[in-house]
Parts: sequence; C-alpha cells; structure tokens
Amino acid sequence: MDFLNAIVALSNFVLVPAIAYGSQLALGALGVTLIYGILRFSNFAHGDTMAFGAMATVGMTWWLQSMGVNLGPLPTALLALPFGIMAAGFLVLMTDRMVYRFYRQQKSKPVILVIVSMGVMFITNGIVRFIIGPQERQFADGERFLISARDFKQMTGLDEGLAIKTTQAITVITAIIIVALLFWFLNKTRTGKSMRAYSDNEDLALLSGINPERVVMVTWLIVAALATIAGTLYGLDKTFKPFTYFQLLLPIFASAIVGGLGSPVGAIAGGFVVAFSEVTITYAWKKVLGYAMPDSLAPDGLVQLLSTDYKFAVSFVILVIVLLFKPTGLFNGKAY
Amino acid sequence: MTHSKNIALFAGIAGLIILTGFMQSWNSALLILNMGLISAIMAIGVNLQWGIAGLFNVGIMGFLALGGLATVFVSMEPVPDAWRAGGAGIFLALALGVLTVVATIFAFKTLPKGRLRTIGMLVILITGFFVYRAVFDPAVEAIEAVDPAVTGYLGGLGLPVVVAWPVGGLLAAGVAWIIGKTALGLRSDYLAIATLGIAEIIVAIMKNEDWLARGVKNVIGLPRPVPYEVDLQSSASFVERVQSYGLDVTTTSSILVKLNYAVLFALFLGVIFAMAQLALNSPWGRMMRAIRDNETAAEAMGKNVTKRHLQIFILGSAICGIAGAMMTTLDGQLTPGTYQPLRFTFLIWVMVIVGGSGSNLGAVLGGFLIWFLWVQVEPMGYFIMDILTMGMTDGSPLKEHLLDSVAHMRLLTMGVVLLLVLRFSPRGLIPEK
Repeated sequence: MDFLNAIVALSNFVLVPAIAYGSQLALGALGVTLIYGILRFSNFAHGDTMAFGAMATVGMTWWLQSMGVNLGPLPTALLALPFGIMAAGFLVLMTDRMVYRFYRQQKSKPVILVIVSMGVMFITNGIVRFIIGPQERQFADGERFLISARDFKQMTGLDEGLAIKTTQAITVITAIIIVALLFWFLNKTRTGKSMRAYSDNEDLALLSGINPERVVMVTWLIVAALATIAGTLYGLDKTFKPFTYFQLLLPIFASAIVGGLGSPVGAIAGGFVVAFSEVTITYAWKKVLGYAMPDSLAPDGLVQLLSTDYKFAVSFVILVIVLLFKPTGLFNGKAY
Repeated sequence: MTHSKNIALFAGIAGLIILTGFMQSWNSALLILNMGLISAIMAIGVNLQWGIAGLFNVGIMGFLALGGLATVFVSMEPVPDAWRAGGAGIFLALALGVLTVVATIFAFKTLPKGRLRTIGMLVILITGFFVYRAVFDPAVEAIEAVDPAVTGYLGGLGLPVVVAWPVGGLLAAGVAWIIGKTALGLRSDYLAIATLGIAEIIVAIMKNEDWLARGVKNVIGLPRPVPYEVDLQSSASFVERVQSYGLDVTTTSSILVKLNYAVLFALFLGVIFAMAQLALNSPWGRMMRAIRDNETAAEAMGKNVTKRHLQIFILGSAICGIAGAMMTTLDGQLTPGTYQPLRFTFLIWVMVIVGGSGSNLGAVLGGFLIWFLWVQVEPMGYFIMDILTMGMTDGSPLKEHLLDSVAHMRLLTMGVVLLLVLRFSPRGLIPEK
C-alpha cells in the first residue's frame, strides 16, 4: 500500500506536472529549432512571439466568453486558438518582410541576426504590454480537473490523491497532435521536404529549384503556430503574464540546444529532459520517500535538492554539461 | 570633419540634458546625467567585449548585480551576532563546496575514461553536495534568525563606499573568469545563451540567499560618498550662503549632492575611457581586432585566441562590475528584485550598437543618448498621446487604455531605434575608425 501511495504521490507532484511542462517546452523549442535550421540564427524574440500569440488568443477568448460561446468542459481558449495563430502569423510575416529579409539578402552573419532579433524582441514585448498590459490575466474556463484528488482517493481508497488538471491533459494531447502533424508535414509533403532540404544544404536546395522565400514563409507560419499553441497552453496551465514568456526563453533554448539545435526530434527530447530535471530537482521528496522507505529511515527534512527559485539554474547546468561534453546536442544538431 | 560631427553629437546630448533642466527640473536633468555617466561606463565594458573582441555577452545584468553586491560587502557595517551565529559554518560549507568541485575536476582529469570515472565523479559530487548542505543549512538558519527585520545577514566590512567600486570590478572579474573558462570556447550564440543563464542565476542567488545580502528584503541605507541633503540643510553656514544668493535651500542642497555625484562619476568615466582608448590603440588592441576579424588567421599567426578572449571577457565584465557598484551607490540601496534583463542587459546592448560598436567614444555617446531616451520617452509619449486623444471624450475606455499604456512605449521605442540604426547605419553614430 505504501508503495502504491509513493507512486501516486510521485505521479501527482512530479510526473504529471513535468509531462505537461515538458510538452510546453518541447513546442517552444521546436519553434526555436526550426528557425535555427532554416533561417540559421537563434531567435531571441521567440518568447515574445509566444506572448503575442497567447495574447491574441486571450483577447479572442474574452470576446467569445462575452458572447456566451463556450466549449462546455473544455476551455474556450481552444476555440480562439486559430485566431491567435493567425495574429501571430501576421506578426512574424510582417517582421520578416520588414526586418529579417534585408539581412537575409545581405547574407549577414548569424550573430547580426541575433542582435536584430533582440530589437524585434523589444518591439514585440512593447506591443504586448501596450495592448494587454503587464498584469496577470485569467482566461481559463471549463472544468478545472479531469480527476480531482478527492475523487481519486475515493475511487482507489489510497491515502494519496492524484489530481490531473484539464489543462494538463489538454496540453499533452494537443502537443502529441501538433508534433505528429509537424512530422507528417516535414516528412511527407512536398513543402516539408523542401524545408528539410533547405535546412540540410542551402546551395543544393537552391540549385534544385526550391524557392527560398516560400520555404522561409512557411517556416515562419509554422513557428507562429507552434509559438501560439505553446504560449496558450502555458498560459492555461499556469497563468498569462507577458513577462513569464520572456523568462521561458532560457529553458526553451536549453531544450533546443540539449536536443541539438536544428533537430526537431532533439527539441522534443530536450524539452522533456529539461522539464523533468527542473521538477525532480526542485521537488521536496519527503512525502514520496516517507512512503517508499521503511519508517526507521524516513527523512526528517524536506529532501529538496534546490529551492524552486533556482529552476533556471537546473536548465542551465544541464545546458552547460551537454555543451561541454557533446556540443552538438543529444541528437546531433547543426552548427553554422 | 569627423571631429566636428562628434563634437556636434555630444553637444546635442548636452543640449538635450540642459533642455530637460529648463523644461522639467534641474534635479531630473542631473539624474539623467548621473545615470548617463554610469551607462557610459557599462557601454564601454560591453563595447570592449563585443566591439573589440566580438564576444557576445548577454549576461551584463549579472555583472552589474555583482557590483551592487560588492557595495553591500564593503560598505555596510558588519553584524557581529550573525558572524558568531553562523559565519564559520558558512565559510566552512563554501570551502567544502569548492573542494567538491575541485575533487570532481581532479577525478575527471586523472581517472581513465570509462564507467569508473563517471561513477567516481557522481559519487564525489553527490556526497559533496549532501555534506555541503548539512553544514550550510544550519549556518544559514542561524544567521537569518539574527534580528531578521533589520539584519539577518552577515553585513559588510564598514569601509568607505568608494572602495566598493573597484571591489565590484574584482568580484565581477572573478566570476567572469569562472564563466570564461567554461563557456568561451562555445560558438557565439551558445555563449549568448550561457551568459543569459548565468546572469539569471546570479540574480536568483541574490534574491534567495538572505544571509548574503538580505535577498528580496533589500539592503537599504547604503553609506554615501557624498554629503547628505539633510546635513546640508541643517548646516547654518550652507543655508546662509544659499539664501544670500536668493535660492531655495531644499532644491539647492539636492542639486549640489547630485552635482557631487556627477563629478565623482565623471572622474571614473574619464579614467576608464582613457584606459579603454589606450588599450584600443595599443598593439594589444590591434591584435584583439585582428582576432575579431579573422580568428583563423590570427591563430595561424601564433596568437592564443582562447587566452585573449578570456582576458578581454574578464576586463569587460570588471568594468560592468564597477558600473554596477556605482549604480547601487547612487540608488543608496540594493534591490535584487529590480534586476531585469531587458533593462540591464539588452538596453546596454542598444547603447553599444547605436553608439557604434568598436568605438569607445561611440559607447559613451550611446550610453548618454539611450539613457536619455529611456527616461524621456515616457513624458514625450504622454504629450503625444494627450494630443492624439484630445478628440475623445474624457473617461472613455479607449482613451484611458491608451493613456495607461504610454508607460510601455519605451520598450517599443528602444526596439525601433535599435532596428533603425542596424538597418540604415549599421556601424553606429560614431563608427569605428
């Protein structure tokens, strides 16, 4: 019984949150890695693209809610998501046309593009704060829990409860669908194949008649969709606040680099590696160990390796270890 | 020709600040001047790394925060009770921590590659971590229990605060050495992410380790290198003198204090600028630029690129540390919660790029200009918004929202300025020669 309790407590406090957070990071990291693969620079504005897409979704959700439209047990935000994606897509295409294209034609060094993306980051951040303000915003509705801790206890008769929030379930399911779609697109469709070809070898791709501007445009649109979905899911799961998306930049980049920049599979793996490490290292293990170990050995302290305020440090240490020992990442990314 | 253009640019900045004095108040003009002087030092530090050596450091916030930490270490009075309670424990724990890391590196270097080495390193790290925590945690608890509302930390050395400025530089240099040793071999954008992370970690440590500098409870009332306004106002001779000129005592005292700061900062800026300029034009500076422009060629000429990079990374970070200490001194308090990357890392980058990367004079100009904009965009925004919304009825939600949002205009403006300069004048206002 104690063993089962230990497993349930572990799932409740570590596995479920880490899987949800990992999915969000994976979606974010996919966006970063695609930009890196196709446009060949690290996009510092990605966090703010997420904030922008999520903001558009939040606005649309509020409008739908005020019109009395809802999805019953599911959050209304899912209905508003396509609108958010369109808004983010419009934003990134505009910035590409007005900002990035010039440097692409100049064949500027990647580091210049990184600095340019810093400027875009400032502007996007300013726009988001201008439109929705810097405060926290609530936009989640529908059922709060898929299984609540009390129901679970009644169902199983265990002492520990397992709560799964609706948003966590939606996050994981959406992430699986999106990733499946993305890989189908990259591997099976003509445009997806030309994207991979362009990413592997630009000159050869150009020679075989691939239109680079089209590849770039499709990439931006996919990235906008990924960023909006990641941003909205994160906002549903936690809460929407423009500044948190900027702070997500570090774990997202850590995920992308740990997996290998430019490698979509790597981005997903990296997202989960980072999420699981963050959650396990900052979780207080007292409860789980209390169940799993015999009473005489049960720990006195919280058995928390690091306080939650240091979760940045975790993603960072993983990043440094990977960079030192396997600079191309777990899945052999590219280096331009 | 370029000389007269440079003079015109600096005269323009001076004019803007003087205009602020006439239109708003001399107090705000001097505030802009003081922070402009500090920003110029920060920009020189970043320019050394990016403009001259091509190192992409986005962890400036961390080095500024370290400088701020140094002011607490140096200038606050020590807390003897806290030292008695846990001083020894803390230092023992930190020594154990360092020992663990050294032992791990030793194991990594001496043991043969393979499973044995991996397991050995893990055992050392994990044991070391738990021993460290066992010594560290009680010591921290003991220190933080000492009068937590006022102290609850170890305090400083009680030395004059100006001593903290070079100490801040040294502290930043020390941390930069550790970072440089691990991260400088990385590609430019990896270095960027690494430094971004380290800056976040440094600020996180300062926020959470209350025994160090009270964390988010802030250290207030840092000693000043200049007289206090209240002391001036209560000094009979000062009041008499000011009144004989027919001036307001309160305003004059605060202006005098700010002028005092300005002279002190200008002195430091002058020295640092002169040193940076000498370094830039020395054989060492030429070598640095050669490495920046073509690493492979420089390496083929027998230059030790990694070592030079480490050197300039440490130097630039030290300058940022000095500037950070000066900034905290000017504020009179250390508030770790206010360190944000947009303001303390990316804004400095805008200064360097706009001023002209590779040119120290440009960095100084960029520091002043961007700081001026950062402060003044808000009032200018209100002015413009007032005109734009004049036709709307008072109290309409849109008008309220627009007026409320003006505060966020500065981020937008900085982004636009950065992009415009990068696009139309990529070498900046005062280009590198």
